[in-house]
Amino acid sequence: MGKTISEKILSNKSDSDALAGDIVISSVDLVFVQDTTGPLTIRQFKSGKKQTLASPARTALFIDHASPSPSRQLSNDHIFIREFAAETGCLLFDAGCGVCHQIVAEKLARPGDVIVGADSHTVTAGAMGAFATGMGSSDVAVAMSLGKTWFRVPETIRIDVTGKFSKGVGAKDLILYLIGLIGADGATYKALEFTGNTVASMPMWQRLTISNMAIEAGAKVGLFPSDHITREYLKKQGRKKEYTPVFADSDAVYERIIKVDTNSLEPMVARPHTVDNTATARSLVDIKVDQVFIGTCTNGRLEDMAEAASLLKNKKVHAGVRLIVCPASRKIYTESIKAGYLQTIAEAGGIILPPGCAGCLGLHQGALGDKEVCLSTANRNFKGRMGNPEGLIYLASTATAATSALTGRITDPREAL
Amino acid sequence: MGTTILKGRAFKFGDGISTDLIIAGKYAHLRSNLPELARHAMEDANPDFVKRVKPGDFIVAGSNFGLGSSREHAPLVIKMAGVSAILAKSFARIFFRNAINQGVPALICPTDSIADGDTLEISLDEGTIHNITRNETYSFTRIPAAMLNILNEGGLIPYINKHGDLKL
Repeated sequence: MGKTISEKILSNKSDSDALAGDIVISSVDLVFVQDTTGPLTIRQFKSGKKQTLASPARTALFIDHASPSPSRQLSNDHIFIREFAAETGCLLFDAGCGVCHQIVAEKLARPGDVIVGADSHTVTAGAMGAFATGMGSSDVAVAMSLGKTWFRVPETIRIDVTGKFSKGVGAKDLILYLIGLIGADGATYKALEFTGNTVASMPMWQRLTISNMAIEAGAKVGLFPSDHITREYLKKQGRKKEYTPVFADSDAVYERIIKVDTNSLEPMVARPHTVDNTATARSLVDIKVDQVFIGTCTNGRLEDMAEAASLLKNKKVHAGVRLIVCPASRKIYTESIKAGYLQTIAEAGGIILPPGCAGCLGLHQGALGDKEVCLSTANRNFKGRMGNPEGLIYLASTATAATSALTGRITDPREAL
Repeated sequence: MGTTILKGRAFKFGDGISTDLIIAGKYAHLRSNLPELARHAMEDANPDFVKRVKPGDFIVAGSNFGLGSSREHAPLVIKMAGVSAILAKSFARIFFRNAINQGVPALICPTDSIADGDTLEISLDEGTIHNITRNETYSFTRIPAAMLNILNEGGLIPYINKHGDLKL
């Protein structure tokens, strides 16, 4: 019987014939934490009997969520994380390096890997054909120590994507549409596997956006095949040798197949306070925005900076709107400087932040006031997410966000093209 | 776990209680000061929760409880607030695993007929929930064996410390 990508990777890593529903113990190829989950993970690790890392070279600590730190307490957490890195010899990506998921894609994730991170958006690396999933501090501490974890092999929902995106429509609209369709728990405990002719030619930056949001449908992983696009991406990162092909078998068994035609897809927006509360951008034209946020592990990539700059060039952000732009990694930041994107955005009135998670989770750099509306390219719009339960968060693509920053209200980007 | 009977009052919540409602990201600076962090448990869903909850009480919710972040602080602050079990129609995957790893029973059962303030008695071994206030009995979906072993040791770290390894 053929296997899905999940079944193939977990068979390989558990040295067994893993099929959906089985419980397996899998080796772990990369394990990481960030600065808001790391301290608890390190404490859980230190409360274990075995206090050595299974693989220091494949254990990474990221200081990205509060970077640079806004408070004494978080600065002390950062010291704690740096000391642990020094003690164990594991990898440390300190303030300024960028968001963990972007750096994992650039430097660490390999097709076919099992990756666990103490962050729910660890699913991002599924774009590269890695079985990558978020876990809590105890599970990650055990994976750090033993180099393995247990999984229930997930059933897979296959998403067949066909057609061409119209101008102004892209990967973010596709994943928002899909989450709206199946619901915030539509894929709980399941794997999502993306395929179809749109996927075959979809660049890595768009795949990363889609996999990143698999968790917003409850999925354990959001997987793409590892193909020529993956090979090219790894080559660009100087990691050509790390490419291996990963494909599902043609006779793999799926729980369900969902077909999405991108020809008819429109710019989509998720309304407060759930990601599955979706609507078309054009139906929300009456919503005025106070803040527009472009960045995060969902849409803080070089292509997002390029798109924002092209829409903002020689224009001014609408009076009364704060446009906050945050490249997801130092590499993206420096390349955006060289390409002139950040200059264009700043000249239009945008506020450029250092690489990191910025205001996405409400710690700093863009907390909302009461009744304020933020249109964000992030992945979550839960009540209270951006530091205030009285704030209202809408989620959209970079094109919709940049266009709306110019008009001061939610705007279908096709109007500007 | 022997014949564990849990008894307490129900604190009722709706569907889709996110980890931000359980413990908001804005309190990340308190995550190395857990007693202080726990004072904000469930704050944006029910601001009086921490004041009113008593040791042994239950959180009773609708579907997809705990969606969102992987922060294990979510079940941890619920446990620190005194809650002895969480009942919901369904749980988000990461939260479910985190709760068990923290030694907190997360029980999947019908919750519509349980009202805020009802007194419940739960037999973990028999898989039953007796609603004393309404004289009704419900059953919960059995926790998978692999996870029950972890729960019975009080969580994942105690489990690993006792067994030295992951065993299924």
